Amino acid sequence: MIGTDLNTVLPELILAIYSMAALMFAVYFGKDKRANMIFWLTAIVLVVLAAVIALAPAGAKTAFNGAFIDDAFSRYAKVIMLIASAVITLISKDYLEKNNLLKFEYPILIALATLGMMMMVSAGDLMALYMGLELQSLSLYVVASFRRDSLRSTEAGLKYFVLGALSSGMLLYGASLVYGFAGTTTFTGIASTIETGELGLGMLFGLVFLCVGMAFKVSAAPFHMWTPDVYEGSPTPVTAFFATAPKVAAACLFARVMHDAFTEATGDWTQIIAFLSLLSMFLGAIAAIGQTNIKRLMAFSSIAHMGFALMGLAAGTEAGVQALLIYMAIYVVMNIGTFAFILNMERDGTAITDISALGQYSSVEPARAAALGILMFSLAGIPPLVGFFGKFYVLKAAIDADMAWLAIAGVIASVIGAFYYLRIIYYMYFGDEVEPMNGKMPVVHYVALMTCAAIMLFGVVNLFGIEGYAAVAAEALLK
Amino acid sequence: MENLLSIITFLPLLGAAILVVFLRGDDAYAQRNAKILALVTTLATFVISAVAIYSEFDPSNTGFQMVENHQWLAGLNYKMGVDGISVLFVMLTTFLMPVVIGACWTVTYRVKEYMVLFLVLETLMIAVFCALDLVLFYVVFEAGLIPMFLIVGIWGGKDRIYASFKFFLYTLLGSVLMLVAMIAMWMEAGTTDIPTLLNHEFSYAPMTVLGFQIMGGLQTLLFLAFFASFAVKMPMWPVHTWLPDAHVQAPTAGSVVLAAILLKMGGYGFLRFSLPMFPVASELLATFVMTLSVIAIIYTSLVAMMQEDMKKLIAYSSVAHMGFVTMGIFTLNQQGVDGAIFQMLSHGFISGALFLGVGVIYDRMHTRDIDAYGGLVIRMPAYALVFMLFTMANVGLPGTSGFIGEFLTLLAAFKANTWIAFGATTGVILSAGYALWLYRRVVFGDLIKESLKSITDMNTRERLMMAPLIIMTILLGVYPALVLDIIGPSVNALLENVTSAQAAAADAVPAAVEATVEAH
Repeated sequence: MIGTDLNTVLPELILAIYSMAALMFAVYFGKDKRANMIFWLTAIVLVVLAAVIALAPAGAKTAFNGAFIDDAFSRYAKVIMLIASAVITLISKDYLEKNNLLKFEYPILIALATLGMMMMVSAGDLMALYMGLELQSLSLYVVASFRRDSLRSTEAGLKYFVLGALSSGMLLYGASLVYGFAGTTTFTGIASTIETGELGLGMLFGLVFLCVGMAFKVSAAPFHMWTPDVYEGSPTPVTAFFATAPKVAAACLFARVMHDAFTEATGDWTQIIAFLSLLSMFLGAIAAIGQTNIKRLMAFSSIAHMGFALMGLAAGTEAGVQALLIYMAIYVVMNIGTFAFILNMERDGTAITDISALGQYSSVEPARAAALGILMFSLAGIPPLVGFFGKFYVLKAAIDADMAWLAIAGVIASVIGAFYYLRIIYYMYFGDEVEPMNGKMPVVHYVALMTCAAIMLFGVVNLFGIEGYAAVAAEALLK
Repeated sequence: MENLLSIITFLPLLGAAILVVFLRGDDAYAQRNAKILALVTTLATFVISAVAIYSEFDPSNTGFQMVENHQWLAGLNYKMGVDGISVLFVMLTTFLMPVVIGACWTVTYRVKEYMVLFLVLETLMIAVFCALDLVLFYVVFEAGLIPMFLIVGIWGGKDRIYASFKFFLYTLLGSVLMLVAMIAMWMEAGTTDIPTLLNHEFSYAPMTVLGFQIMGGLQTLLFLAFFASFAVKMPMWPVHTWLPDAHVQAPTAGSVVLAAILLKMGGYGFLRFSLPMFPVASELLATFVMTLSVIAIIYTSLVAMMQEDMKKLIAYSSVAHMGFVTMGIFTLNQQGVDGAIFQMLSHGFISGALFLGVGVIYDRMHTRDIDAYGGLVIRMPAYALVFMLFTMANVGLPGTSGFIGEFLTLLAAFKANTWIAFGATTGVILSAGYALWLYRRVVFGDLIKESLKSITDMNTRERLMMAPLIIMTILLGVYPALVLDIIGPSVNALLENVTSAQAAAADAVPAAVEATVEAH
């Protein structure tokens, strides 16, 4: 019995053992001198695990009395998160090395955070959910303040910690209410108690608090306040990490809880999520207009994008979940590419984050400028770039679910949002010449940037088949 | 040959890819090579499209021809095909693009990128006229914004940034509503296939939205969403304000593409979607659209008269001429729609030539102020003759293609609504006013300005660019059957569909209204 359980969680188990082994190895044999090796090793382990999970036989398995679910949905999310974490680990290395931050703890923390995320998307029980969430969050708090002698970075870490603790508290409160009224913590158990009757007041409160806690994690408005500050203060590779894998984990967890535990109360929670989605899209679009710091700009951009992703969830249908999954995959690729570029925004060794420094960048580095331009048009959702299709799927899901009002609001928000993405293109191509940035781009960053841009461009042919995987995953979630 | 249309569509993109991958450096030779490659590509595209369409296309067949269909993502199809309405727009695009590339010849700033963007734009424009899948149409329709935004923004004039942002955001806002409507149509009809949708009857039962009773129901809502997009693209009064800005700031070649081809996408959209798919809503709103058109014709003609900037004047005149197009389309009769298509094609040649004409003297004097010129006829006789021809064509002089389009649409408008025709006809008089006045101020008078005394006449390249436009303007003016024979059968079929759908609705609506009354 325990054998089959352990077999089901094998990838997580391997990652956990690897993280601890790597930690001990580095501590005993050379500390930061081994950092280089551990960065590569971690990336390889993450990629191998992604391959193992991707090639795993189809079908759903549960372990530990339903607390852990291994189905197509969790596998889809895990593959994206593992690959994203691996790429982020690799692109972090050069940056950290340049800034004397190359410490062996960094990749291990990323691996532990990834482990937490894998637990999150596989959670079939409120306890497992919380365990995964906290493992992920604690690792993230630490990496946020990774530049510990910088005021900015420690402030970011502290802010993230305090607000994250608050959100965890709310989530726990919600979870305890749900447990109190349902008498069980497993999602299937909760679902079956709702099935027997109306959603009681206690359960409703529990649902709302759970939603608030998870909205914090996906940084949906109005629970987004931590995002710009944390994005700005953290070291750039950490920001890149925040913007990618944890967002996928949180969004998938959101979908899991809503569709597994509260599937009978779809009418109740779709309203909450539609509201979160609407507010996030507009806040992200409008608040970013005034930003000149590219990291803050990307923070608001991610808020707006999460608003769009949540639109898929708000539809409350299988097509909606599929749209959410496709959206998150596309979103991750766009962000990795953009951050691979931002990591190299520097002049004479000093990092710059002001977007006006991009003035006439296209005449200095035409290839990189073109790649970033493609990513920006894609983030803005202009066809034929892949970012458009992400939006297209969620809009379709929303209209199909009779939420045309949300779709109309969404497209209007996307037009407002297009302005600030265009502004970056404006600086690069039309702007006045400024003293050019002269950071030498490491090969890994260059490859990441160009690959992401190429994916945005050539994905129009068939989105690299991701649609089919997302469909299977969505079907597995809704059974 | 199964995939001729794809070959025509993607040939320019192939040229662009070759430029991106293989052309290195930015010296005079590289620039020249880029221009030559672009010119060869566009010429090849034109030749292939002319041969292919001449040999494969049968005007008497009113259905879609040269169709190709492949699975795409999300249950959509990559479906291409042309009928009598779209085929000539494809030809217009491939015909004009070599001229446009010729107009780029004097550019020296970032030539490679410039050529790449025009080639990409050509692919997207051809694809717009060939797309037979709703979402495919949207994708290429919208994608055209990217190259045009960059063309105006990088190579434009002093206020290019304002103009490019305005152009982009204005048209984007118009289009996204169309996207929502398209998805709604997909949900309602279960397909995005345009030929199927043309025969689908969208619901026109009255419905209530936010407390408002909407006549024509879903059809009206969908119509308005499409209208938002096409009216901005056309552009129609009062959403035309992006056009003068974009035109004035765009480089010459950009202006030519914008006026001659991009604006036609709006008119094409009305004919492809609004009219046949929402016939009941079209009938309900026809008077509204025609009224807007007449306001556009009169108002923008008056505005054009007061312009100091030549490009702005021609831009406003474009808005006025597009007014004839929308008016013609919504008269919902054969002459009107024939005339509208004819007017679009003819305006493609005439406005293209007028912008090229401005470009010719702008290249020499670097100003577009009308006041800076005068007496050009003395130094530039050939230019004066060419500019005279296109000024007259713009006014609608018989013998030029401008006359046929205006006459047909006015005739149709007279049949549909006398007052509309009356208003529009004054527009013709006003257009004579501003066009001739412009001509007098620029070309006639004494050559008193010092700076103009050494100005040279058109060179061979400029003459070669103008020649095809002159030929087409006169040819279509004296032998309009060339166009009308091709579009006629398709337009006839389109209108028969529309009329029968409207007749069916007219029978059904009173019954539906009675039913609702009884239910209350």
